[in-house]
Amino acid sequence: MLVVCGFGAFTLLVCLLAPLVGSTTIHLSRILDPSVPFADNVDAQVFFIARLPRVLAATIVGSGLALAGVVFQALLRNPLASPDTLGVSAGAMLGAMLAITFHAAFSFAGVSVIPLASFAGSVGALGIVYALAGARSQGTPSTVLLLAGIAIAALLAAVGRFIQYFADFTDTFRSVQWLMGTLDVAGYGPVVAAAVPLAIACVGFAQLPRVLDLISMGSESAAARGVNVTRAERIALVSASLSTGSAVALGGPVLFVGIIVPHIVRMIVGPDHRLVLPAAALFGAAFLVLCDLIARTILAPLEIPVGIITAILGGPFFLWLLFRRVI
Amino acid sequence: MLNARNVCFAYHGTSQPVLNDVSVSIERGSIVGLLGPNGSGKTTLLKIAAGMMAPQRGTIEVGGTPIGALSRRDLARRLAVVPQETHTAFDFTVLDIVLMGRYPHLGAFELEGADDLSIAHDALAATGTLGLEGRRFATLSGGEKQRVVIASALAQASDLLLLDEPTASLDVGYQFDVTLLLQRLNRERGTTMVVSTHDLNLAASLCSRLVLLRAGRVLAQGPTRDVLTAVNIRSLYGIDADVRFHDDAKHLTVVPIGRAAH
Repeated sequence: MLVVCGFGAFTLLVCLLAPLVGSTTIHLSRILDPSVPFADNVDAQVFFIARLPRVLAATIVGSGLALAGVVFQALLRNPLASPDTLGVSAGAMLGAMLAITFHAAFSFAGVSVIPLASFAGSVGALGIVYALAGARSQGTPSTVLLLAGIAIAALLAAVGRFIQYFADFTDTFRSVQWLMGTLDVAGYGPVVAAAVPLAIACVGFAQLPRVLDLISMGSESAAARGVNVTRAERIALVSASLSTGSAVALGGPVLFVGIIVPHIVRMIVGPDHRLVLPAAALFGAAFLVLCDLIARTILAPLEIPVGIITAILGGPFFLWLLFRRVI
Repeated sequence: MLNARNVCFAYHGTSQPVLNDVSVSIERGSIVGLLGPNGSGKTTLLKIAAGMMAPQRGTIEVGGTPIGALSRRDLARRLAVVPQETHTAFDFTVLDIVLMGRYPHLGAFELEGADDLSIAHDALAATGTLGLEGRRFATLSGGEKQRVVIASALAQASDLLLLDEPTASLDVGYQFDVTLLLQRLNRERGTTMVVSTHDLNLAASLCSRLVLLRAGRVLAQGPTRDVLTAVNIRSLYGIDADVRFHDDAKHLTVVPIGRAAH
């Protein structure tokens, strides 16, 4: 428990310090200076209006992807599974691509069409995969789920490219930019909108920690110890798709977070999901805030998409995991 | 203790029944062996008895209660399962694995307490694995793993243990250890056991009663000395075998001689 509190303190510190760093230098003392009204306090405006929403967006995307990664890895009994493996990310991309290419213009509760479409895409993709795996056999064996996920991911990606091929130059540029994964949000609106499904997902995740320990040992062995495996799998898949959906809707497909974060967390707290889940939520947030800090500052004043940073870190990390296991 | 009545079962989308009108009665405190060739329905019967699959017809009762009327959690408190092999996806320690056996006794957000820890330690001690407590499960040998999994089933504190070929992947030394362990647990704790196996000599040394399954039907059931006969072995496996009492081992032994002529 202490170690989870440690992760909490680290995350809080990162979230407070990250907005202080950037192309314009600001100082904490001036931000908190009560003698200057907010309208005249440039430091406070930069902190609260320009940078904090982006930091909060990073916490939601990072937490959402890390939690989904933890859950998929336990459910599929595969430490290299991630939200991408089951076609969730591919579904989100297809949704966004459709919205961008066909210039769909509507909004719901202040959320514009691209995040809505990508959210629907991710949840829809997982629904298809789960239905297919369920139709194949009694129960949902992890291998069937995994293979159905890979097949659907490939199919959805192909449809996405097909649509993109017919898009005009501007739309293609927008799609490509979205695909890189960026946290450049405008204000708190999108952050709050993404926080709602993530919060619902967390209600589901809260019921899972011990169940995931048992399911990671095999679904039959979990059932023999008293786990209602079908119910647990449904809660896990719905929650994981909601959290992936909200993360991808807000930040685009930020790659590898769902693999890197759970592994680092397990190295520190061990395999017990009662520690891994909360620690991954916290560390996922801190990790993406730090990655975004690099993305904002490394080529300042140019800001590069955070997805490029995570992918550059993720590729070698993935290989390191692979070879560490062999040796 | 465990009663199956007229159980029929066919897998999803197939018409060929795996179990056909199977009735088996397991008495409290006994060790019952489940014998039969590959595909005769042994594992399916164990899975149905463990409530993992529901039969299309027939009933299964544990301690007088139909298992359909029990929640998964209640059933897990009454019976535990030891699978043939156990793999971990993550680096759990031996103690972690044994504590998982306490799951059906804990509330939704309850953590294991001192009681659970002492039950887990008892289970480790009973299986001779106390010294492995802090080891990572994945680094254990096959025999150590199987004893730890049995400890985890013991921590479940149920009176009935279903074991699916518990010694299939073990060498002779570990097979012997696991057999002795099961006998001792049966004697000291009164745990009822159902053991499916292909090892006729293991069945002869361990089990007081046998159930012989052939093509989804019960060929014979009863005390080991009555059921483990050359005639039944020929009809189960199609081999001629020499079955005789071994004076030193104090149980029947089976030596296959050759393929039976049709």
